[in-house]
Amino acid sequence: MHWTEYLPPLMEGAWVTIQLTVYSTVLGAALAFAAGIGKLSSNWLIKAVSVAYIEVFRGTSLLVQLFWLYFALPIAGMAIGIDLRLPPVAAGVLALSLNIGAYGAEVVRGAIQSVHQDQHEAARALNFTPRQTLWNITIPQAIPEMMPSFGNLAVQNLKDTALVSLISLGDLAFRAEQIRNYTQDSTTIYSMLLVTYFGMALVLTAIMRSLEAYVGRWRTARS
Amino acid sequence: MLFGYEWDLSSPLAFAISILPILLTGMLVTIQATVLGFLVALVLGLVWAVLKGAPSRFIAWPAKVVTEFIRDTPLLVQLFFLYYVLPEYGIVLPAFMTGALALGIQYSAYTSEVYRAGLEAVGSDQREAARALNLSSARTFTHIIVPQAVPRIVPAMGNYLVSIMKDVPVLSVVTVLEMLNVAKIVGDRTFDYLVPLSMVGALYLIMTLVASTGVRLLDTWLPKQGIPLK
Repeated sequence: MHWTEYLPPLMEGAWVTIQLTVYSTVLGAALAFAAGIGKLSSNWLIKAVSVAYIEVFRGTSLLVQLFWLYFALPIAGMAIGIDLRLPPVAAGVLALSLNIGAYGAEVVRGAIQSVHQDQHEAARALNFTPRQTLWNITIPQAIPEMMPSFGNLAVQNLKDTALVSLISLGDLAFRAEQIRNYTQDSTTIYSMLLVTYFGMALVLTAIMRSLEAYVGRWRTARS
Repeated sequence: MLFGYEWDLSSPLAFAISILPILLTGMLVTIQATVLGFLVALVLGLVWAVLKGAPSRFIAWPAKVVTEFIRDTPLLVQLFFLYYVLPEYGIVLPAFMTGALALGIQYSAYTSEVYRAGLEAVGSDQREAARALNLSSARTFTHIIVPQAVPRIVPAMGNYLVSIMKDVPVLSVVTVLEMLNVAKIVGDRTFDYLVPLSMVGALYLIMTLVASTGVRLLDTWLPKQGIPLK
Protein backbone atom coordinates (compact mmCIF):
# COMPACT_ATOMS: atom_id res chain seq x y z
CA MET A 1 0.00 0.00 0.00
CA HIS A 2 1.24 3.45 -0.88
CA TRP A 3 1.16 6.02 1.89
CA THR A 4 -1.46 8.13 0.08
CA GLU A 5 -3.89 5.24 0.49
CA TYR A 6 -3.70 5.72 4.27
CA LEU A 7 -5.05 9.25 3.94
CA PRO A 8 -8.83 8.62 3.53
CA PRO A 9 -9.20 6.49 6.70
CA LEU A 10 -6.88 8.83 8.62
CA MET A 11 -8.93 11.86 7.56
CA GLU A 12 -12.09 10.05 8.70
CA GLY A 13 -10.44 9.55 12.09
CA ALA A 14 -9.23 13.15 12.15
CA TRP A 15 -12.82 14.32 11.71
CA VAL A 16 -13.87 12.26 14.75
CA THR A 17 -10.96 13.75 16.72
CA ILE A 18 -12.00 17.29 15.72
CA GLN A 19 -15.59 16.64 16.79
CA LEU A 20 -14.46 15.17 20.10
CA THR A 21 -12.17 18.15 20.73
CA VAL A 22 -14.89 20.70 19.95
CA TYR A 23 -17.60 19.02 22.02
CA SER A 24 -15.41 18.34 25.03
CA THR A 25 -13.78 21.78 24.97
CA VAL A 26 -17.15 23.54 24.86
CA LEU A 27 -18.66 21.29 27.55
CA GLY A 28 -15.44 21.57 29.56
CA ALA A 29 -15.57 25.38 29.39
CA ALA A 30 -19.14 25.31 30.72
CA LEU A 31 -18.06 23.03 33.60
CA ALA A 32 -15.03 25.25 34.23
CA PHE A 33 -17.22 28.33 34.65
CA ALA A 34 -19.72 26.46 36.84
CA ALA A 35 -17.07 24.99 39.15
CA GLY A 36 -14.79 28.05 39.09
CA ILE A 37 -17.61 30.38 40.11
CA GLY A 38 -18.97 27.71 42.47
CA LYS A 39 -15.67 27.55 44.32
CA LEU A 40 -16.00 31.28 45.11
CA SER A 41 -19.63 30.91 46.19
CA SER A 42 -20.64 31.92 49.72
CA ASN A 43 -23.05 28.96 49.81
CA TRP A 44 -21.07 26.18 51.54
CA LEU A 45 -22.83 23.34 49.68
CA ILE A 46 -22.09 24.75 46.20
CA LYS A 47 -18.55 25.48 47.32
CA ALA A 48 -18.02 21.96 48.70
CA VAL A 49 -19.37 20.32 45.54
CA SER A 50 -17.16 22.51 43.33
CA VAL A 51 -14.03 21.87 45.41
CA ALA A 52 -14.70 18.12 45.52
CA TYR A 53 -15.22 18.00 41.75
CA ILE A 54 -12.04 19.98 41.03
CA GLU A 55 -9.89 17.97 43.44
CA VAL A 56 -11.13 14.55 42.29
CA PHE A 57 -10.70 15.23 38.59
CA ARG A 58 -7.40 17.06 38.94
CA GLY A 59 -6.08 14.49 41.39
CA THR A 60 -6.64 11.38 39.31
CA SER A 61 -5.46 10.31 35.90
CA LEU A 62 -7.61 10.98 32.81
CA LEU A 63 -7.24 7.39 31.65
CA VAL A 64 -8.47 6.15 35.06
CA GLN A 65 -11.50 8.48 34.75
CA LEU A 66 -12.17 7.26 31.21
CA PHE A 67 -11.95 3.59 32.17
CA TRP A 68 -14.06 4.20 35.26
CA LEU A 69 -16.85 5.80 33.22
CA TYR A 70 -16.68 3.13 30.54
CA PHE A 71 -16.08 -0.08 32.53
CA ALA A 72 -17.01 0.61 36.15
CA LEU A 73 -20.03 2.90 35.87
CA PRO A 74 -22.27 0.26 34.19
CA ILE A 75 -21.55 -2.10 37.11
CA ALA A 76 -22.37 0.63 39.62
CA GLY A 77 -25.59 1.23 37.68
CA MET A 78 -26.43 -2.47 37.72
CA ALA A 79 -26.06 -2.52 41.52
CA ILE A 80 -28.68 0.22 41.92
CA GLY A 81 -30.85 -1.03 39.04
CA ILE A 82 -30.22 1.73 36.47
CA ASP A 83 -28.76 1.14 33.01
CA LEU A 84 -25.68 3.35 32.99
CA ARG A 85 -23.95 1.77 30.00
CA LEU A 86 -22.48 4.64 28.03
CA PRO A 87 -21.62 4.40 24.33
CA PRO A 88 -17.88 5.05 23.77
CA VAL A 89 -18.56 8.54 22.34
CA ALA A 90 -20.51 9.62 25.42
CA ALA A 91 -17.95 8.15 27.83
CA GLY A 92 -15.12 9.79 25.88
CA VAL A 93 -16.68 13.26 25.67
CA LEU A 94 -17.79 13.09 29.31
CA ALA A 95 -14.37 12.02 30.63
CA LEU A 96 -12.52 14.60 28.53
CA SER A 97 -14.80 17.49 29.45
CA LEU A 98 -14.94 16.59 33.16
CA ASN A 99 -11.14 16.44 33.20
CA ILE A 100 -10.48 19.64 31.28
CA GLY A 101 -13.33 21.38 33.14
CA ALA A 102 -11.60 20.75 36.47
CA TYR A 103 -8.36 22.29 35.21
CA GLY A 104 -10.29 25.15 33.61
CA ALA A 105 -12.15 25.82 36.87
CA GLU A 106 -8.92 26.83 38.58
CA VAL A 107 -8.17 29.17 35.66
CA VAL A 108 -11.64 30.75 35.94
CA ARG A 109 -11.29 31.13 39.70
CA GLY A 110 -7.85 32.72 39.38
CA ALA A 111 -9.01 35.13 36.68
CA ILE A 112 -12.07 36.20 38.65
CA GLN A 113 -9.97 36.80 41.74
CA SER A 114 -7.48 38.83 39.72
CA VAL A 115 -10.14 41.46 38.94
CA HIS A 116 -9.27 44.48 41.05
CA GLN A 117 -11.07 45.05 44.36
CA ASP A 118 -11.87 48.65 43.30
CA GLN A 119 -14.22 47.26 40.68
CA HIS A 120 -16.25 45.46 43.35
CA GLU A 121 -16.39 48.56 45.51
CA ALA A 122 -17.45 50.72 42.58
CA ALA A 123 -20.16 48.21 41.66
CA ARG A 124 -21.42 48.23 45.23
CA ALA A 125 -21.38 52.03 45.31
CA LEU A 126 -23.52 51.99 42.17
CA ASN A 127 -25.95 49.66 43.96
CA PHE A 128 -25.36 46.61 41.74
CA THR A 129 -26.63 43.31 43.11
CA PRO A 130 -23.95 40.59 43.62
CA ARG A 131 -25.34 38.79 40.58
CA GLN A 132 -25.08 41.90 38.40
CA THR A 133 -21.57 42.55 39.69
CA LEU A 134 -20.50 39.01 38.78
CA TRP A 135 -21.99 38.91 35.29
CA ASN A 136 -21.64 42.55 34.20
CA ILE A 137 -18.48 43.67 35.98
CA THR A 138 -16.26 40.78 37.05
CA ILE A 139 -16.64 38.15 34.35
CA PRO A 140 -16.29 40.44 31.30
CA GLN A 141 -12.98 41.63 32.75
CA ALA A 142 -11.87 38.14 33.81
CA ILE A 143 -12.45 36.44 30.43
CA PRO A 144 -9.48 38.03 28.61
CA GLU A 145 -7.30 36.94 31.57
CA MET A 146 -8.43 33.34 31.11
CA MET A 147 -7.84 33.10 27.39
CA PRO A 148 -4.08 32.27 27.29
CA SER A 149 -4.58 29.41 29.76
CA PHE A 150 -7.70 28.24 27.93
CA GLY A 151 -5.64 28.10 24.72
CA ASN A 152 -3.15 25.78 26.42
CA LEU A 153 -5.95 23.66 27.83
CA ALA A 154 -7.60 23.34 24.41
CA VAL A 155 -4.37 21.96 22.93
CA GLN A 156 -4.02 19.69 25.98
CA ASN A 157 -7.56 18.48 25.30
CA LEU A 158 -6.81 17.80 21.64
CA LYS A 159 -3.84 15.66 22.69
CA ASP A 160 -5.91 13.87 25.31
CA THR A 161 -8.52 12.82 22.75
CA ALA A 162 -6.00 10.22 21.54
CA LEU A 163 -6.73 8.26 24.73
CA VAL A 164 -10.34 7.56 23.71
CA SER A 165 -8.99 5.18 21.05
CA LEU A 166 -8.41 2.83 24.02
CA ILE A 167 -12.18 2.42 24.51
CA SER A 168 -12.53 1.52 20.81
CA LEU A 169 -13.70 4.91 19.58
CA GLY A 170 -12.71 5.37 15.92
CA ASP A 171 -10.66 8.54 16.26
CA LEU A 172 -7.40 9.42 14.50
CA ALA A 173 -5.17 7.32 16.76
CA PHE A 174 -7.56 4.36 16.50
CA ARG A 175 -7.62 4.46 12.67
CA ALA A 176 -3.84 4.63 12.57
CA GLU A 177 -3.60 1.65 14.89
CA GLN A 178 -5.99 -0.31 12.62
CA ILE A 179 -3.91 0.48 9.52
CA ARG A 180 -0.75 -0.49 11.35
CA ASN A 181 -2.18 -3.83 12.37
CA TYR A 182 -3.07 -4.45 8.74
CA THR A 183 0.09 -3.23 6.99
CA GLN A 184 2.80 -3.34 9.73
CA ASP A 185 4.13 -0.12 8.17
CA SER A 186 4.77 1.50 11.58
CA THR A 187 7.24 4.23 10.63
CA THR A 188 5.10 5.79 7.88
CA ILE A 189 1.83 5.63 9.76
CA TYR A 190 3.05 6.95 13.09
CA SER A 191 4.98 9.73 11.36
CA MET A 192 1.82 10.74 9.49
CA LEU A 193 -0.11 10.52 12.74
CA LEU A 194 2.34 12.78 14.61
CA VAL A 195 2.33 15.33 11.78
CA THR A 196 -1.49 15.35 11.62
CA TYR A 197 -1.82 15.97 15.36
CA PHE A 198 0.83 18.69 15.14
CA GLY A 199 -1.02 20.38 12.27
CA MET A 200 -4.32 20.24 14.14
CA ALA A 201 -2.66 21.69 17.26
CA LEU A 202 -1.21 24.57 15.23
CA VAL A 203 -4.63 25.36 13.73
CA LEU A 204 -6.24 25.15 17.18
CA THR A 205 -3.60 27.46 18.65
CA ALA A 206 -4.24 29.98 15.85
CA ILE A 207 -8.01 29.82 16.49
CA MET A 208 -7.53 30.34 20.23
CA ARG A 209 -5.19 33.28 19.55
CA SER A 210 -7.75 35.05 17.39
CA LEU A 211 -10.44 34.29 19.97
CA GLU A 212 -8.14 35.81 22.60
CA ALA A 213 -7.72 38.94 20.48
CA TYR A 214 -11.49 39.06 19.92
CA VAL A 215 -12.53 38.90 23.59
CA GLY A 216 -9.77 41.29 24.61
CA ARG A 217 -10.39 43.88 21.90
CA TRP A 218 -11.93 46.44 24.29
CA ARG A 219 -8.68 46.52 26.26
CA THR A 220 -6.56 47.82 23.39
CA ALA A 221 -9.37 50.16 22.35
CA ARG A 222 -9.27 51.78 25.76
CA SER A 223 -5.58 52.25 26.32
CA MET B 1 -4.90 -14.95 41.15
CA LEU B 2 -2.33 -12.34 40.20
CA PHE B 3 1.25 -11.92 41.47
CA GLY B 4 0.54 -14.79 43.88
CA TYR B 5 -2.38 -13.04 45.62
CA GLU B 6 -5.84 -14.64 45.62
CA TRP B 7 -8.96 -12.48 45.55
CA ASP B 8 -11.97 -12.91 47.76
CA LEU B 9 -15.25 -12.18 45.97
CA SER B 10 -17.52 -12.81 48.99
CA SER B 11 -18.26 -9.10 49.48
CA PRO B 12 -17.10 -5.82 47.88
CA LEU B 13 -15.14 -4.92 51.01
CA ALA B 14 -13.42 -8.31 51.20
CA PHE B 15 -12.67 -8.03 47.46
CA ALA B 16 -11.19 -4.56 47.94
CA ILE B 17 -8.97 -5.71 50.80
CA SER B 18 -7.85 -8.85 48.98
CA ILE B 19 -6.76 -6.99 45.82
CA LEU B 20 -5.01 -4.14 47.66
CA PRO B 21 -1.61 -5.91 47.64
CA ILE B 22 -2.00 -6.54 43.90
CA LEU B 23 -2.72 -2.86 43.24
CA LEU B 24 0.17 -1.81 45.47
CA THR B 25 2.49 -3.98 43.35
CA GLY B 26 1.22 -1.99 40.35
CA MET B 27 1.65 1.26 42.25
CA LEU B 28 5.32 0.49 42.74
CA VAL B 29 5.74 0.25 38.95
CA THR B 30 3.80 3.53 38.58
CA ILE B 31 6.17 5.25 41.00
CA GLN B 32 9.24 3.79 39.28
CA ALA B 33 8.03 4.96 35.87
CA THR B 34 7.25 8.40 37.31
CA VAL B 35 10.70 8.81 38.82
CA LEU B 36 12.55 7.52 35.76
CA GLY B 37 10.43 9.62 33.37
CA PHE B 38 10.97 12.68 35.56
CA LEU B 39 14.75 12.20 35.53
CA VAL B 40 14.74 11.94 31.72
CA ALA B 41 12.57 15.07 31.54
CA LEU B 42 14.92 16.99 33.86
CA VAL B 43 18.04 16.12 31.87
CA LEU B 44 16.57 16.37 28.37
CA GLY B 45 14.71 19.57 29.29
CA LEU B 46 17.99 21.17 30.33
CA VAL B 47 19.50 20.15 26.99
CA TRP B 48 16.59 21.78 25.11
CA ALA B 49 16.82 24.90 27.27
CA VAL B 50 20.54 25.29 26.52
CA LEU B 51 20.00 24.69 22.78
CA LYS B 52 17.06 27.13 22.64
CA GLY B 53 19.17 29.77 24.35
CA ALA B 54 22.11 29.22 21.99
CA PRO B 55 23.46 32.39 20.37
CA SER B 56 23.37 30.79 16.91
CA ARG B 57 19.99 30.90 15.21
CA PHE B 58 20.77 27.65 13.39
CA ILE B 59 20.79 25.82 16.72
CA ALA B 60 18.10 27.75 18.60
CA TRP B 61 15.47 27.66 15.88
CA PRO B 62 15.45 23.86 15.23
CA ALA B 63 15.39 23.28 18.99
CA LYS B 64 12.30 25.48 19.27
CA VAL B 65 10.56 23.62 16.43
CA VAL B 66 11.37 20.22 17.93
CA THR B 67 10.12 21.13 21.42
CA GLU B 68 6.97 22.67 19.93
CA PHE B 69 6.40 19.46 17.98
CA ILE B 70 6.89 17.32 21.09
CA ARG B 71 4.57 19.56 23.10
CA ASP B 72 1.78 19.51 20.50
CA THR B 73 1.58 15.76 19.84
CA PRO B 74 -0.09 13.24 22.18
CA LEU B 75 1.96 11.14 24.57
CA LEU B 76 0.09 8.03 23.39
CA VAL B 77 1.21 8.54 19.79
CA GLN B 78 4.79 9.28 20.80
CA LEU B 79 4.76 6.13 22.88
CA PHE B 80 3.46 4.04 19.96
CA PHE B 81 6.08 5.63 17.73
CA LEU B 82 8.93 4.73 20.09
CA TYR B 83 7.57 1.27 20.81
CA TYR B 84 6.97 0.17 17.21
CA VAL B 85 9.42 2.27 15.19
CA LEU B 86 12.62 2.05 17.26
CA PRO B 87 12.84 -1.78 16.92
CA GLU B 88 12.74 -1.36 13.12
CA TYR B 89 16.05 0.47 13.46
CA GLY B 90 17.53 -2.14 15.77
CA ILE B 91 16.86 -0.38 19.06
CA VAL B 92 14.92 -2.85 21.20
CA LEU B 93 14.02 -1.56 24.66
CA PRO B 94 11.81 -3.23 27.27
CA ALA B 95 8.27 -1.79 27.39
CA PHE B 96 8.92 -0.13 30.76
CA MET B 97 12.03 1.65 29.46
CA THR B 98 10.24 2.77 26.29
CA GLY B 99 7.39 4.09 28.42
CA ALA B 100 9.65 6.02 30.79
CA LEU B 101 11.53 7.42 27.79
CA ALA B 102 8.28 8.57 26.15
CA LEU B 103 7.17 10.26 29.38
CA GLY B 104 10.55 11.94 29.70
CA ILE B 105 10.56 13.16 26.10
CA GLN B 106 7.01 14.52 26.30
CA TYR B 107 7.69 16.41 29.53
CA SER B 108 11.15 17.63 28.47
CA ALA B 109 9.35 20.12 26.22
CA TYR B 110 7.62 21.51 29.31
CA THR B 111 10.61 21.41 31.65
CA SER B 112 12.79 23.25 29.12
CA GLU B 113 10.40 26.22 29.45
CA VAL B 114 10.66 26.02 33.25
CA TYR B 115 14.46 26.22 33.08
CA ARG B 116 14.30 29.10 30.62
CA ALA B 117 11.76 31.06 32.67
CA GLY B 118 13.67 30.40 35.89
CA LEU B 119 16.98 31.61 34.46
CA GLU B 120 15.40 34.66 32.83
CA ALA B 121 13.62 35.61 36.05
CA VAL B 122 16.99 36.45 37.61
CA GLY B 123 17.24 40.15 36.82
CA SER B 124 19.88 41.57 34.50
CA ASP B 125 20.96 43.90 37.34
CA GLN B 126 22.31 40.78 39.06
CA ARG B 127 24.48 40.03 36.05
CA GLU B 128 25.63 43.64 35.88
CA ALA B 129 26.47 43.66 39.57
CA ALA B 130 28.45 40.44 39.14
CA ARG B 131 30.34 41.97 36.25
CA ALA B 132 31.03 45.11 38.28
CA LEU B 133 32.49 42.87 41.00
CA ASN B 134 34.71 41.33 38.33
CA LEU B 135 33.31 37.79 38.61
CA SER B 136 34.02 35.48 35.69
CA SER B 137 30.99 34.43 33.65
CA ALA B 138 31.30 30.83 34.90
CA ARG B 139 31.34 32.02 38.50
CA THR B 140 28.42 34.39 37.83
CA PHE B 141 26.40 31.44 36.53
CA THR B 142 27.18 28.99 39.34
CA HIS B 143 27.21 31.45 42.26
CA ILE B 144 24.75 34.18 41.24
CA ILE B 145 22.30 32.89 38.64
CA VAL B 146 21.75 29.25 39.61
CA PRO B 147 21.22 29.80 43.36
CA GLN B 148 18.52 32.37 42.61
CA ALA B 149 16.92 30.41 39.80
CA VAL B 150 16.53 27.16 41.77
CA PRO B 151 13.76 28.38 44.12
CA ARG B 152 11.78 29.51 41.06
CA ILE B 153 12.35 26.27 39.15
CA VAL B 154 11.65 23.71 41.87
CA PRO B 155 7.88 24.29 42.45
CA ALA B 156 7.11 24.21 38.72
CA MET B 157 9.14 21.02 38.33
CA GLY B 158 7.21 19.51 41.23
CA ASN B 159 3.95 20.20 39.42
CA TYR B 160 5.25 18.39 36.35
CA LEU B 161 6.27 15.44 38.54
CA VAL B 162 2.61 15.15 39.59
CA SER B 163 1.51 15.46 35.95
CA ILE B 164 3.89 12.70 34.90
CA MET B 165 2.45 10.48 37.62
CA LYS B 166 -1.03 11.03 36.19
CA ASP B 167 0.17 10.15 32.68
CA VAL B 168 1.78 6.83 33.66
CA PRO B 169 -1.46 4.84 33.01
CA VAL B 170 -0.96 5.54 29.29
CA LEU B 171 1.98 3.13 29.49
CA SER B 172 -0.51 0.30 30.01
CA VAL B 173 -1.07 0.23 26.22
CA VAL B 174 2.43 -1.16 25.71
CA THR B 175 1.88 -3.86 28.35
CA VAL B 176 3.54 -2.09 31.28
CA LEU B 177 1.96 -3.54 34.43
CA GLU B 178 1.33 -0.25 36.22
CA MET B 179 -1.57 0.28 38.60
CA LEU B 180 -4.38 0.86 36.06
CA ASN B 181 -3.33 -2.07 33.90
CA VAL B 182 -3.25 -4.36 36.95
CA ALA B 183 -6.74 -3.17 37.99
CA LYS B 184 -7.99 -3.76 34.45
CA ILE B 185 -6.64 -7.32 34.50
CA VAL B 186 -8.33 -7.97 37.84
CA GLY B 187 -11.55 -6.60 36.31
CA ASP B 188 -11.18 -8.73 33.19
CA ARG B 189 -10.84 -11.90 35.29
CA THR B 190 -13.51 -11.22 37.93
CA PHE B 191 -16.00 -9.25 35.74
CA ASP B 192 -16.03 -6.63 38.48
CA TYR B 193 -14.45 -3.40 37.27
CA LEU B 194 -16.15 -1.16 39.81
CA VAL B 195 -14.08 -2.06 42.87
CA PRO B 196 -10.59 -2.21 41.29
CA LEU B 197 -11.03 0.91 39.15
CA SER B 198 -12.52 2.91 42.02
CA MET B 199 -9.60 1.82 44.21
CA VAL B 200 -7.15 2.99 41.55
CA GLY B 201 -8.92 6.36 41.54
CA ALA B 202 -8.69 6.60 45.33
CA LEU B 203 -5.05 5.51 45.40
CA TYR B 204 -4.27 8.10 42.73
CA LEU B 205 -5.91 10.81 44.83
CA ILE B 206 -3.73 9.79 47.78
CA MET B 207 -0.58 9.73 45.63
CA THR B 208 -1.15 13.14 44.06
CA LEU B 209 -2.15 14.60 47.44
CA VAL B 210 1.05 13.32 49.05
CA ALA B 211 3.17 14.48 46.10
CA SER B 212 1.66 17.96 45.89
CA THR B 213 1.92 18.40 49.67
CA GLY B 214 5.58 17.45 49.38
CA VAL B 215 6.08 20.00 46.61
CA ARG B 216 4.38 22.70 48.69
CA LEU B 217 6.52 21.90 51.74
CA LEU B 218 9.64 22.02 49.58
CA ASP B 219 8.50 25.37 48.23
CA THR B 220 8.05 26.88 51.70
CA TRP B 221 11.30 25.35 52.90
CA LEU B 222 13.37 26.75 50.04
CA PRO B 223 14.64 30.26 50.83
CA LYS B 224 13.08 32.73 48.37
CA GLN B 225 16.25 34.80 48.08
CA GLY B 226 18.29 31.89 46.75
CA ILE B 227 20.38 29.02 47.98
CA PRO B 228 23.90 29.69 49.16
CA LEU B 229 26.17 27.07 47.64
CA LYS B 230 28.59 27.03 50.57
